[in-house]
Amino acid sequence: MEEFFQQLTNGLAVGGIYALIALGYTMVYGVMKLINFAHGDLFTIGAYLGLTLLVSMGLFDKIGPLPAVILLAVMVMILVAIIGAMLERVAYRPLRQSPRLSAVVSALGASIFFQNAIMAIYSPKFLVYPHDILPKSAVNILGLDIPIMRIILFMSSVVLMAALYFFIQKTKIGTAIRAAAIDQGAAKLMGINVDRVIMLVFCIGPALGGAAGLMVGLYYGQINFNMGWMFGLKAFTAAILGGIGNIPGAMVGGLLLGVIEALGAAYISIAWKDAIAFCVLILILIVRPTGLLGERVAEKV
Amino acid sequence: MKPSTLIYAAFALAMPFCPIFLNAYWTDVFNNVGLYAILALSLNVILGHAGLFHMGHAAFYAIGAYTTAIINTSYGIPVLWTMPLAGILAGIFALIVARPIIHLRGDYLLIVTIGIVEIVRIALINNVFDITGGANGIFGISRPTIFGYRISKPDQFFYLIWGFAAISIFLLLRLEHSRFGRALMYIKEDEVAAGGSGINVAQHKLTAFVIGAVWAGMCGTIYASKMTIIAPESFSFAESVILFTIVILGGSGSIPGVILGAFLLVGLPEVFRGLAEYRMLVFGAAMVLMMIFRNQGLLPPGPKNYDITSLLPAGGRK
Repeated sequence: MEEFFQQLTNGLAVGGIYALIALGYTMVYGVMKLINFAHGDLFTIGAYLGLTLLVSMGLFDKIGPLPAVILLAVMVMILVAIIGAMLERVAYRPLRQSPRLSAVVSALGASIFFQNAIMAIYSPKFLVYPHDILPKSAVNILGLDIPIMRIILFMSSVVLMAALYFFIQKTKIGTAIRAAAIDQGAAKLMGINVDRVIMLVFCIGPALGGAAGLMVGLYYGQINFNMGWMFGLKAFTAAILGGIGNIPGAMVGGLLLGVIEALGAAYISIAWKDAIAFCVLILILIVRPTGLLGERVAEKV
Repeated sequence: MKPSTLIYAAFALAMPFCPIFLNAYWTDVFNNVGLYAILALSLNVILGHAGLFHMGHAAFYAIGAYTTAIINTSYGIPVLWTMPLAGILAGIFALIVARPIIHLRGDYLLIVTIGIVEIVRIALINNVFDITGGANGIFGISRPTIFGYRISKPDQFFYLIWGFAAISIFLLLRLEHSRFGRALMYIKEDEVAAGGSGINVAQHKLTAFVIGAVWAGMCGTIYASKMTIIAPESFSFAESVILFTIVILGGSGSIPGVILGAFLLVGLPEVFRGLAEYRMLVFGAAMVLMMIFRNQGLLPPGPKNYDITSLLPAGGRK
């Protein structure tokens, strides 16, 4: 039973990361009906920028671990948001009026471009995060030894998700985003600048993805130029699982997928860990294409 | 005669003499171009003609190659004899996996096919059924023989591969202009109207999937015998992306376009070998730019003209 709860907490920590990335997919899908294939690579960029800033600025010695991590996360989120907005401007905006599948190919191209740009700038090898910066110890909760890292990870993704949820539901800009997601034409008639909304969505999604990249770097300790594909595909699975286009759905789907994967790896087979997520993806698209709480994606023929 | 026809005729006439003027290295480059061209042509049936966004083509290719490798190394059956079986197994696999997903919308189909190719690769690495040799793959696959003539040198493979390519092109051209090909074109342009005209949309899409998979499986046979060693990494997702890009950049639905795409994406990087690292970087940027400025590809299929009388049943003249 101890093993089960350990895997459960691990799954929730990783699931939080999936949920953060999934939010980027789901928000872009909600507003533009486009699967942003380059999103996984924006997440990778977040991890690499985090490492660069961490090493070059030496923040941890100057201001202590907790403020340093928060400052680092803010900087990474801003930088990745800028890259996300540029991506939208260059690769997607010219295709707004084109067939939808042209935009998908453009997204794939952007993804390949980012991946190889990271490889060319950094290195094709795994890079290692400094591993003595965050506490390695564990706390005892209800007789379970849970590493503090896992708790920090889970809490930070919950905080970010709560902030996003509040922003989307309660603020004026959030209302504009929801309006644009429902009907772009009507939103325009109501005086909403849809181009700005799309730009904003391409800032928020990548910012969350970049934060997730930083978290992966800190949690696993090593990063690779093509890790965005696997995380991106799994986060996408999470978005589908919860119902794509649906923000709470992405959060639920992410956590659920993290737990399914962790338990699957522990009780079925570790070698098939990656395959489990894809099986979930295929099953959910066949059995319940709407996801747990979302839009319909399959056509009846 | 149209100028394009002249160019195609000149290309077809020049190709058989290439090995005479090329050294072994460049002949091998042409062989790779040929293999990718055949694979991309088979993907073109699914992606170009039926308009199904399928990015897991490496899975079918892998099944063909592994079928050949396993039968050849375990039972000693000559490789070319395994070709039909490789095609059939890849086709059956395509039928099984595509049946439940064929109704998905374009980009969802894309995601699912990515999932399938990854599952196949993971299954191969995990040595599924204990016959795939795990991460190391299978080695010691024998060379093909035709009427006792053993094919092992690059220039001999050149004729095998481009011969197969020529047969593929001929058959696929026939397919394109057949009743089935025209139905696919209609489905691609307007699915609802095609369904309304009595075309069984799901069945046609599925058939296109299976035809593409059979062809990729047979291509796997040639690949296995050319390399004599195969490993799961040869059938990764990146391979599927290259095939997908060849079809999209060349001009989806156009056979000359796809062949041009294969030369550009597989052959051209060999010219700039010093820049090999940046090859994929350029691919990515090219895909984005292509979609913005010319989203139909370099050589898109021309408009089709059919003489109505030739399409009517016999005696159906005005």
